[in-house]
Amino acid sequence: MSSSTKKTEQPENKEVTALDGAGSERAKKKYNQIIFRDWCKACGICSAFCPKNVISMDQTGAPVIERPDDCIGCLFCELHCPDFAITIRERNTGKSVN
Amino acid sequence: MPKEVTKLIHKYLRHDKTFPHVWCPGCGNGIVLGALIRAIDKIGLQKDEVVLASGIGCSGRMNVYVDFNTLHTTHGRSLTFATGVKLANPSLTVISVMGDGDATAIGGNHLIHAARRNLNLTAIIINNQIYGMTGGQYSPTTPYGSYASTAVYGHIEHTFSIAELTATAGAAFVGRGTVYHVTLLQKLIEKAIQKRGFSVVEIMSNCHIHYGRRNKMGDPVTMLQWLKDHAVPVEKAREMTSDLPEDKFTIGILADVEKPIYTEEYQKIRDQSTSKQ
Repeated sequence: MSSSTKKTEQPENKEVTALDGAGSERAKKKYNQIIFRDWCKACGICSAFCPKNVISMDQTGAPVIERPDDCIGCLFCELHCPDFAITIRERNTGKSVN
Repeated sequence: MPKEVTKLIHKYLRHDKTFPHVWCPGCGNGIVLGALIRAIDKIGLQKDEVVLASGIGCSGRMNVYVDFNTLHTTHGRSLTFATGVKLANPSLTVISVMGDGDATAIGGNHLIHAARRNLNLTAIIINNQIYGMTGGQYSPTTPYGSYASTAVYGHIEHTFSIAELTATAGAAFVGRGTVYHVTLLQKLIEKAIQKRGFSVVEIMSNCHIHYGRRNKMGDPVTMLQWLKDHAVPVEKAREMTSDLPEDKFTIGILADVEKPIYTEEYQKIRDQSTSKQ
């Protein structure tokens, strides 16, 4: 009995550790959001559709990076910016995500 | 030149032109230009191999900003100039950018006959459902019942469906995307450029300044949300038991057929005639 329970426990443990590993690895990835102010026309698309509310608007409607650590790198803002004024880079490597 | 902004896009822009570009804040034309540049970059075409022709209208400003071989032509005649370029040098990748009024109103005849002829061209039609540059007059794609500066009591005409029209006219590849679904849009443009034969990508876009303001969608966010809510993937639409509601439209690949292309058939005729002599 004891041997059979051990066998069933082992794969369970493995699964949990594997999931944990993946989760922590994903959480480690941080991104920098760079806005080129000269080209931004403050249309509001990036702040309205950001899934994690990383970007908010100031009084003039211009985007402000409020919670940079929450960014998941989905690139919605970069792909939808009509003026090519925002870009997302990986924080550690500085690489462009796209 | 901004070094910190996305390098991929900036590789293909003409930096001696005035930026930011001329389009209104939040205009879908900028999103389309970004998707087009990414698609061309992904295919790996050189700048000198691409010809971008455009007509008149807001979309006609697109080729001013990109560093390809570009042609800014007369109203509705973008496809005719593109046809000339393709016949003169079939090795070039020729892309024709048009608006909805450009493609279906003044250039409607050229559009259906270019589709029927099956030249190896790509037509990108940006459908913002109105004439934006000239002040919001209704176009052939303005929906029934909506408002425009020349339809202040509501529009009484019915619309063209550009994608279905060109598919019926014989285009080899027809796709429809929106400026909200940018990843799909980029894939559609990529496939359209790589397709051998006449390919059309209809892009549902936003003109919140002229169309939106008169129809209670006065900002780009509301219009993008509208596009998101009213687009139905074509696979999903085929599974539906009931008909698609009139205000909704399908997105995805609507037609993809193989046909002999015009330039190759023409070359065969030339070879035959020279061998007889």
